[in-house]
Amino acid sequence: MSSRTLPLLFINLGGEMLYILDQRLRAQNIPADKAKKVSTVAAWIEEDRKRVMNDIITTMFNKKFLEELFKPQELYSKKALRTVFDRLAHASIMRLNQASMDKLYDLMTMAFKYQVLLCPRPKDILLVSFNHMDAIKDFVKDTPSILSQVDETYQQLVEMYTPLPSGEFQLIRQTLLIFFQDMHIRVSIFLKDKVQSSNGRFVLPTCGPVPHGTQVPGLIRIFSCNGEELTRLQFNNGGNYTAALREGSFEIFGDRVTKLGTNMYSVSRPVETHMSGTSKNSTQHTKVNTAPNPLAKEELNLLARLMGGLEVQKPGNADSGFRVNLFATDEEEEEALISRPDELSYGVINIQATKDQQTNAELAKIMGEFSESGDQSPSASSKGDDLLAMMDGL
Amino acid sequence: MYHKEKSIQIKNSASALYNNLCVLRIAPRRLTYFTVVHANVVNMVSASWDGLNYSHRQLQSKEPNVATSTSLIMQAAFCVLTSRDLLVVTSQKGIQMYESDGSIMVYWHALETPETPTEQAVFARGISGVWENYICVGVSSGAMLVFDIPSKGSNITLSEVLHEHSESITDMASECSGSQECIANLVTADDVGNLCVWKSGEEFQLLNKIPGFDMSCSSVKLWKGTVVAGYGTGQIRLYEAVTGILHAEVNAHARWIYSLDIAPFSGLLLSAAEDSLVRVWHLTMTPETNSVEIAHLHNECVTDTQICGAKFCDGDGYAFAVTGYDLSEIIRYVQS
Repeated sequence: MSSRTLPLLFINLGGEMLYILDQRLRAQNIPADKAKKVSTVAAWIEEDRKRVMNDIITTMFNKKFLEELFKPQELYSKKALRTVFDRLAHASIMRLNQASMDKLYDLMTMAFKYQVLLCPRPKDILLVSFNHMDAIKDFVKDTPSILSQVDETYQQLVEMYTPLPSGEFQLIRQTLLIFFQDMHIRVSIFLKDKVQSSNGRFVLPTCGPVPHGTQVPGLIRIFSCNGEELTRLQFNNGGNYTAALREGSFEIFGDRVTKLGTNMYSVSRPVETHMSGTSKNSTQHTKVNTAPNPLAKEELNLLARLMGGLEVQKPGNADSGFRVNLFATDEEEEEALISRPDELSYGVINIQATKDQQTNAELAKIMGEFSESGDQSPSASSKGDDLLAMMDGL
Repeated sequence: MYHKEKSIQIKNSASALYNNLCVLRIAPRRLTYFTVVHANVVNMVSASWDGLNYSHRQLQSKEPNVATSTSLIMQAAFCVLTSRDLLVVTSQKGIQMYESDGSIMVYWHALETPETPTEQAVFARGISGVWENYICVGVSSGAMLVFDIPSKGSNITLSEVLHEHSESITDMASECSGSQECIANLVTADDVGNLCVWKSGEEFQLLNKIPGFDMSCSSVKLWKGTVVAGYGTGQIRLYEAVTGILHAEVNAHARWIYSLDIAPFSGLLLSAAEDSLVRVWHLTMTPETNSVEIAHLHNECVTDTQICGAKFCDGDGYAFAVTGYDLSEIIRYVQS
């Protein structure tokens, strides 16, 4: 549908990922003077935490990567996007086990789905994106080099999205909602705040301020042929609505007004997801994601650029010196991996973070899996060549 | 006024698309067909009136000239013509037409899609059968395709392409009162709220253009010469089609309107929006004073659901059906 959806999806999901990682890193934080291991998960000192955040944000806003991201294109498949975020989460010394990565991605996607659904009007998705951008800017405010990358992205967002009409934003929103279709993972912070019900669906209140540009429902005006108002009638709107709030700012700096997209986590509010008892609708897979897809070539382009922008990181030592756990204990993490229902597995493509021949070969093999066995679209081979050429050039 | 009846389960959940429910009543066979779009699939349910038999069918979107790539469906709608009924499915790649039971595809029209995606999305959306034997379909460029439909068979031809809208077509509707005295028999709407009023024929004639106010008109109906339009601001406006005179303006919903429907024999109007509410209204025409009035009758709240489709199941408005984003059922309401 809308070919302008991917940048918003990526930035908002990335923003949520940073909120969650920041919270977990702080939760596992131990003051520098007590920096010896107290559990199998190492102590993080503040310096390490900042370094991790900076590394991830640098990779997220890599110039070549963003260039690829902002091109008009269809949304990636869930599988491909998950792989991009896997790589992003590992763009630093931090390591996540499969179960923690799954949980991280569940939280990110459910949070953004919530924000998209609750946006009073489609254009507010841009305000949500700015909230995420504002927070990212705050994470790197002490590092001018990354800050300038972030500022450039603000510029791009403003240029690309602020002129769009409301109908176009609704198309973007509808495209995002198809991506999030049938996802009902329960998130305990949402359940506690009563914004999600126990069946996994978000609460949509019929009260509160109406969107900017909308009137409170209830008035019927009848006009004569000359245009003069003949009658005014009121009807019961079945809700409890109030007038719209002032409009948030669509500029690089400003008050966004909406709280959607701001950081809802803090060290004292741990996040858990419930895997059991998800709505039976989650087993109905959309056919969109299972069919092989020549668009996957574009997805791999993005992946290649992302990997090209990565420094080769030495992995942590054997007993996971720099591992982050999204669960309260290691045992919980292991249990989560075993008990994760099949229909919720992401089928992640495993790519190692090394810039060598092996990677090129592996990517080429994956491309082979994506292309049609029989009917090849005529441009398939040339796109494949482009991809390999680009890998060689990095 | 209405109470909830047993829902019909569908194979997939409904996608968030405008006018995402279509109903066709087959009186001779005591059946009703329902169609609901989910991503690249149309879910069709055939329900017997005694509530005992339900049969399901799924139609996939199609692009026969390109190796399998996903093509999302924007809308599915039944077109009731003098001699036959067809089911039309519009997607990012083109327009498919089926016999009304979905059994055979009788026609395929491919849209011109660029090799690399452009900023402007390409898709077909907005479907209406028009007197006497035409089917009109809108395109994201604002163009309208007019197809000439023979009384049977698959010899369907593209009769005209009309270029009156410059923004993406959102919805279109034909005169549903059954009266052939109305001069105008088609209204088309676009993403900036412009409305075009037409008279069908070998060459379609533009009778009037009602300017929008920069707000998308997502759903439109035409009844007894009155245009009923629903907007993204949650407003409903009633216009006299040929003159553009505004008869009424209603602050109807707190969110974007997704669907409107009219029961032609009773003048009941159904509106549904992202705000979880379905509202029933009554339209009255007074030809002597050339006035049209609208009165509110009833509300139904579908808790925690953004509604994407709502249609009456019969010409009197005795029953109506509703679909919502992420919901795998068609909810039904019947007059008490």
